[in-house]
This record gives sequence, structure tokens and C-alpha cells, in this order.
Amino acid sequence: MSQVIARADADSMPSVTTERGERAVFCGLTSIIWLHRRIQDAFFLVVGSRTCAHLLQSAAGVMIFAEPRFATAILGERDLAGMADCHEELDRVVSELLERRPDIRRLFLVGSCPSEVIKLDLANAATRLQGVHENRLRISAFSGSGIETTFTQGEDQCLASMVPDLPAAPEESQRLMVVGTIADIIEDQFRRHFAQLGITDVDFFPAARADNLPSVGPGTRVILAQPYVSDTVSALVKRGAKLISAPYPLGIEGTLAWFQAAAAEWGHSPESVQEALAIPIARAQKSLAKARESLQGRTLHFLPDSQLELPLARFLRDECGMSLIEVATPFLDQTLMAEELKRLGSEVSIVEGSDLDSALARVRASRPDLTVCGMGIANPLEAEGLRTKWSIELIFTPIQGFDQVADLAGLFARPLTRERQLEVGSWS
Amino acid sequence: MELTLWTYEGPPHVGAIRVAASMREVHLVLHAPQGDTYADLLFTMIEREGRRPPVTWTTFQARDLGSSTAEMVIETLQGACERYQPQVLLVAESCTGELIQDQPGALAKGAGLSAPVIPIEMAAYTRKENWGASETFYQLVRGLLAGQVPKPGEERAPRSPDQAPSVNILGPTKLGFRCRDDVVEVRRLLESMGVRVNVVAPLDATPRDLLRIPEADANINLAPEVSDLTCEWLRRQFKQPTISTVPLGWGATRDFIAEVIETLGLDIDADTVGESRLPWYSRSVDSTYLTGKRVFIFADGTHALAAARMARDEMGFEVVGLGTYSRERARDVRALASEYGLEALITDDYLAVERAVTELQPELVLGTQMERHIAKRLGIPCAVISTPAHVQDYPARYSPQMGFEGSNVIFDTWVHPLIMGLEEHLLTMFRDDFEFNDDAVPSHLGGEGGGAQQTDNVTPMNPAEPGAVAWAVSAEKELRKIPFFVRGKARRNTEHFAQEQGLSVIDVETLYEAKAHFSR
Repeated sequence: MSQVIARADADSMPSVTTERGERAVFCGLTSIIWLHRRIQDAFFLVVGSRTCAHLLQSAAGVMIFAEPRFATAILGERDLAGMADCHEELDRVVSELLERRPDIRRLFLVGSCPSEVIKLDLANAATRLQGVHENRLRISAFSGSGIETTFTQGEDQCLASMVPDLPAAPEESQRLMVVGTIADIIEDQFRRHFAQLGITDVDFFPAARADNLPSVGPGTRVILAQPYVSDTVSALVKRGAKLISAPYPLGIEGTLAWFQAAAAEWGHSPESVQEALAIPIARAQKSLAKARESLQGRTLHFLPDSQLELPLARFLRDECGMSLIEVATPFLDQTLMAEELKRLGSEVSIVEGSDLDSALARVRASRPDLTVCGMGIANPLEAEGLRTKWSIELIFTPIQGFDQVADLAGLFARPLTRERQLEVGSWS
Repeated sequence: MELTLWTYEGPPHVGAIRVAASMREVHLVLHAPQGDTYADLLFTMIEREGRRPPVTWTTFQARDLGSSTAEMVIETLQGACERYQPQVLLVAESCTGELIQDQPGALAKGAGLSAPVIPIEMAAYTRKENWGASETFYQLVRGLLAGQVPKPGEERAPRSPDQAPSVNILGPTKLGFRCRDDVVEVRRLLESMGVRVNVVAPLDATPRDLLRIPEADANINLAPEVSDLTCEWLRRQFKQPTISTVPLGWGATRDFIAEVIETLGLDIDADTVGESRLPWYSRSVDSTYLTGKRVFIFADGTHALAAARMARDEMGFEVVGLGTYSRERARDVRALASEYGLEALITDDYLAVERAVTELQPELVLGTQMERHIAKRLGIPCAVISTPAHVQDYPARYSPQMGFEGSNVIFDTWVHPLIMGLEEHLLTMFRDDFEFNDDAVPSHLGGEGGGAQQTDNVTPMNPAEPGAVAWAVSAEKELRKIPFFVRGKARRNTEHFAQEQGLSVIDVETLYEAKAHFSR
């Protein structure tokens, strides 16, 4: 089922193969698990089936939150048979919800596979409900369905749905907007680094509160903290923002190049940025040494999952000395990945999409030292004697920036360290 | 449309996966959109399975809709047959698959596949996980045994005297509560009675094993949520009697033994079969403090019913609340609850259960992972007795719930979260003790069920407490002297009492009046 579709600039760019077949990935609804922690006054109402509700609680793992800020309006047979007007039912459910949660300032109606297939127009519903609840809160809609989105693309759809609500920025002011959910601690670190560079006009999107939206306009310079926000970038560019092309802030080199790309818009030279950030860079180099010992020379295979695969592969090869066997990603945006593709170079083979059984057959044939994969696949590979790192942890853990470099490498080193340490029978 | 936060059961196709994943030489093709594969992790993470469930998914996306989804089904079916060469291929749809009406069952029948096909209709918008497991198991057994059904009026040949009596154990599945160990325990018990276990299914059975089901003298309906329908069909078609007592608890295990003896016509003394420590542990003076402990029970039907009986008759607790999320078992649970003077709570709304627990302020909660969570928030000790369960309820150790060893395990499991007798007295006597106070967790508890733990900053469930009655400072102070593990109940009772009496302020006298009122 594979075919080579792009071999552009074959001398310096990786070859990209597209695969079609079974895809063992989460749908975009999964993004709600981190988005509802990031945006603290938002509620995510999935309009879907029992499967959607079950996915959310299974992927969330432990039910740490008594009453989470997400829920599912489960479609029943009456809704599908047209006996109940879906829109009236939705209005009822939303009223019920808002009565319970008067603290909510933004409600997202989240589309799912069933709601998309029956063509339930949630954007329309959001507009109608906005009219009913007027000034009390903002209501918008996006799709997290598996037929439209893969895993992290749910966040992209969510952010894109908020772009029309961003206030217009005054023409003349140049501000930086960092796009993509990152941990609070990373946001604080990044603000400090930007301040060291004399850049204080910095917004983060999404922000911790949905009623505190950054403004956007021709003076807005967008830089991405996460690689999976294609539609959000398009929407921002339509509102006049300019995208800064950069690698992602993973690893020392990635983070430095990221700050250099942003600072260039403020007229700083790459050298001056390196100088200003010399202390955290030196600290990161020191901290990385131990994990690098475990990773040096080990082979690595990425199964497609989070869209973080390319920048992670670049970091693990260039800064940790790992050797890449295959880098698969569910979806490749050539523009947003341009800097990463350039750095990865022609040695690397990239697979876009998935055909699970053949991918697993390749893993079994090459037996990499480490396979990065989704949660459903990790234990079965471990049982075959292969070490794994499940990729959802890379989304839930602060891994960006200089001071997290050792933590990031540590996530990959730990399975290998554990293998050396345990004396309890064979793994395979 | 129904607003849902957490669910007790997954969708019906997850039940179908449970049956397929429990068996060997079976493969399931699911027509489902990208993302539904999350279900794999239930097995590989929660139950730490070392193999992927035997499921191939079509994982269609928007671009496939309207043109090629039916082709995808056929390609997926053919690919799965070639790669896995199953003895039987099951075909089903998830909720979205059902909407696009490709009819994969019919497609499979016409696809010239090398394996026999059994299609299963999942009714995703009306049914749930346990129904899906039950339906899948039933269709599988019926599909395989249809050719063997005796003609009407044909009598079952009596067992030849040189043949050991035998039974099938039906119902245990992956992701069932302690099924792995319960099968071992029940098999051991039966073998000690000279009864041969013919087939265990779905757990670890192959389709060829299912073909041997009619050879046994009777069927044990071990997990009625999954096996009721199948046992009933086998009883009607093959005249195989069903042994329906589930051996959960000491008394139920004895009833089970009696039913096996009766059904199979065995010549043995029931009192000589097996032994349990539960009766003596429960009668020993150390257990006196268990008397009248107020317990709240919420579980699947089978475990709720069994726990209620054990709690009252074998532990000496008082059952103050009983409920289930298994609507199929609602009638049985209602009947037992009314026998206990209670109104059963039949719901799959997690918040309704939380309201009931908050209102009742029990001293022990026996429930699922959801109730563990509710109890933790309210600072009430809790033991998990049923699915849905967390990874830690799939333990490494041998830990059955059924049979006599199961009743030993349950005794320990229910007693451990409680504050033990002497500790309870000491807490009452020396309440200002700097080590023994509200914030100190009981010495034997590593955090679980200790002082109330607020884990989130969300609005509390019931912000509107009965607000009409105010507490005098002196009464509030006196209330603080009551041990924390009964204080919630005392506060609530006193407030109810004050409201009934039309009082606007609670003073120390009211507190003791209420205490006297409620201890009548």
C-alpha cells in the first residue's frame, strides 16, 4: 500500500513515503484532556456517542477530577431517528450544563464522528446558543472527530475555532504570539528568556483563561511551540499575522534556533541571542550528558502518533547520538516542518500515514533498541522483547526549552536503563 | 441526548472485543473510524496484556466516506483472514460504522473468505458494553452449535456410569473483575467434588472448544452479565441445566456446592467440600467492631447482589445503600434491596451515585473505580468489588473473589480500609492528640480513604447545603470533638433534626438531642 510521493530536493531532504491502511492513533477528542487543564475557564461538550465518552475516560487514565470540565452529550436512538430534534435536545443539555457550572466562561461544542456523519451543524448551534446566553460566556464549535482529526489535531481545530474571536491588534505594534499548548512552567521560562532578549510583547495562545485572548493583526509575529497547529496558523495568517519559520523548541539546538528565529524579528543577531542565553544553554549541556550516555548509538523507530516525531527524531539523533531507523508521522505539513526536514536531511526515511501491520512487521524485522508508539501497542512490543516509549507522555510532560532537555532525554533513556537494571527473567 | 461525565460501561463493540480478546483463534474485524482503536489500550494497559486484542479496524476517515468505505471493509476482511487465519471471523461495527450502513456482515458473507464468518449487530445507540459481550458470546455459540441442535422431543442421553460428571464454566472474560483467578478457584472447587470441567469460555477457549460445549452435563453461569443469554439458549436447545448460583461469598459458595450436587446428582456431603477462614475471622472478637458498620454498595448486578448478602450476613455490616448500573439486573437488585428495607439505586449516572453517598455518609463504600473516587473525595474508606476497575485491581498476586478462598480475600479486602477497633476507641477518647487527628491518616492506610482529600479546584458537587440552620460556635466546637470518620453523618443528622424541629440555631443541646433521636 506504499508509494513514494515526494522526493523534492532529493539531495538534502528526507524521502517521504505515504502509507494507507489501519491507523492505531487516537482521534482529536483526546486533545481535550490537556486543553481543559490549560484553559481553566473552558468547558468541552462533546456531541457524540458512548464511545466518545469512553475514549475520554480511558485516555485520561485515572479519573483525577471529580467533575471534569468536559462531558459528552450522548446521542441516542431518538436523536438519530429524528424523533427528537437534535438542536432542541442540545439546547436543553447546554442549559442543564450551564446551570451546574456557572463558572464557565467559554463553551466548546466538540464534533465527533457520529455528529459529523449525521451532519449535525455544531457551528450553527454555537451561534444560536450564543444568542441565547449572550454576554454570559463565549460559545464556539470545533471538530475532534476521528474522521477529521488525528490526536493532536484536535488542539489545532480548537485553537482555530477561537481565532475569529481574537481582538484586532493596532497596526503599528509588533507582538510575538507563541502558539500551541505548553506547560505553565515552560511559559514562564520562555517569558524570562524573551525578557532577557528585551522582548516583552509576548502572548501565549491558548492562554490559561479563555476570556483573556491575545490580539492579532499585521504586527503579529507567530512562532510555534507545537508542530500540529496547521489550521490555526492559516487562520492567523488570514488575520494578518506573519509566521516565523523555525524548528521546534525541543533540545538545545532546537530551542536556541527557535529563540534566534523569533528574536531576528526584533533585529537581534543569532550570536547575540546565543550570548544572552549562554547560561541556560551551558546548564542544559551539562544536564544532558548522563542521559546521552544511555542513548548514544542506540537505534530508534517512531510509529506515527503525536506529530512531534520529526523534531524529536532530530533532537535524539543530533544531540543524543541515537540512530534513526524510521520516522513515521500521522500527517506531515511540509511548511510547518520545513526547518525540521532541512535538519533531518536525506539520510532519514519518513513515513506519512500508517498501515499498522506492515509497520509492526518492519519493527519486528529491524528490532530497534527503542520504539516510540501509542499506548495500545507498547506492552505487546515489550512482550516481544522490544523496549518502548509511549508517546502520549510526551504531550503531558514539560519537554520544551533548555531546562527540560535532560527530562526529555530521560524519558527515552529510562526504558533502556530499566532494561539494564532489572534482573527478573527475560523480557521476551 | 444524555449528558455524561464518566461512564460505567463502554459501548457494545467494546463488549465484543472483550469476548474476542478472551478467546484464541478468533479474529474480529471492526468497521470503525480512526480513533476507535483506543480500545486496544484497555487490554494492553489496564490488564497488561502482552498481545494486542485480535482486532483489525477499518479506521476510515472523512475522505473515505461516500466512496470507498465498503471496499475498505472487504480489503480489511481479506487482509485479516490471510494474516491471522482465524477459526472464526467475527464482524461488527462501532457506533459510527453503524451510521454509514455498509453492512459489513453481509459484505463478509459475500467476500469468499477462507474463515467462517459470524456477523454481530451491535445496536450502539441503545445498548452498552456488557450487552455487547453477551450478544457476541451468544451469537458465537449459536453460530457454531446450530448444526448440533437436537431435534424437538429428542431426549438427552444419560451420562454413562463410567464417565465423570462434567460442567462448562461460561461467562468469564478479559477485563472482567478477577475472572482469571475466579476460574482457577471454581475449577479447583469443582475438581475437589469429582466434577470435570469440560469447557471454560470465553476465557482462553478456541471456537473448536465451543463445539464441545454440548458434551457437558450442565453449564455454570459464572458471569450472568455475559453468559445468561447463552446458558438459557443451551438449556432450551440442548436441555443442559444451568447452575445459576454465583459462588461469591461464603454462603453463596455453599449454595453453589449444593446446586452442583443437586444438578449433577452427586453422592457427596456438601459439608465436606472445601473450607474457609471467613466464618471464624468474622466470629472472632476482633471483628466485633465491624458490627453495624454502615456500608454503601454499588456495582454490576452480580457483584452488588453478592456483596449485599456478604455484608449483612457474613460481616455483620448494615447495608444502607444498594444499587447497580446493570439495567439488565435491575429487577433482582430491586428485589434484594426491598428485602433489606432499601430502595435500590438503578442508574448509570455517576453524579447520582455521588449524591447518594454524600447523603448517606456510610462508613464503608463497596463499589467500582468510580465509587473509589467518590469515597476518596468524601474521605470514606472504600474497597473495589466490581468493574469498571483500575489497573491496580488487576493484581499480580492470586486474588480470586469466588469460592472459599475468594471469601477469604474479600474479608481482608473489606476490612483493610477500615479503622480498626482499638484505634477507633483511641481516636474517640483522645481527640486532640497531635498524632491522632483529622489530618493524620490511620496508621495502616497509605493515603487511601484517609482524611478527605480535595483533588481538584472545581466547584463542589452540592454547593447548596441545607442553609436554613446555623451552627452556634459552641456546637460547632463540640462537633469537632466527634471523630472525623463519623462527623459528616453527625453533622447531617443534626441538621435534619434541627430542621424537623423548626430550629434556626443548633446549640450543644441540639447536638445531643439529635444524637439521642437517631440512636433510637
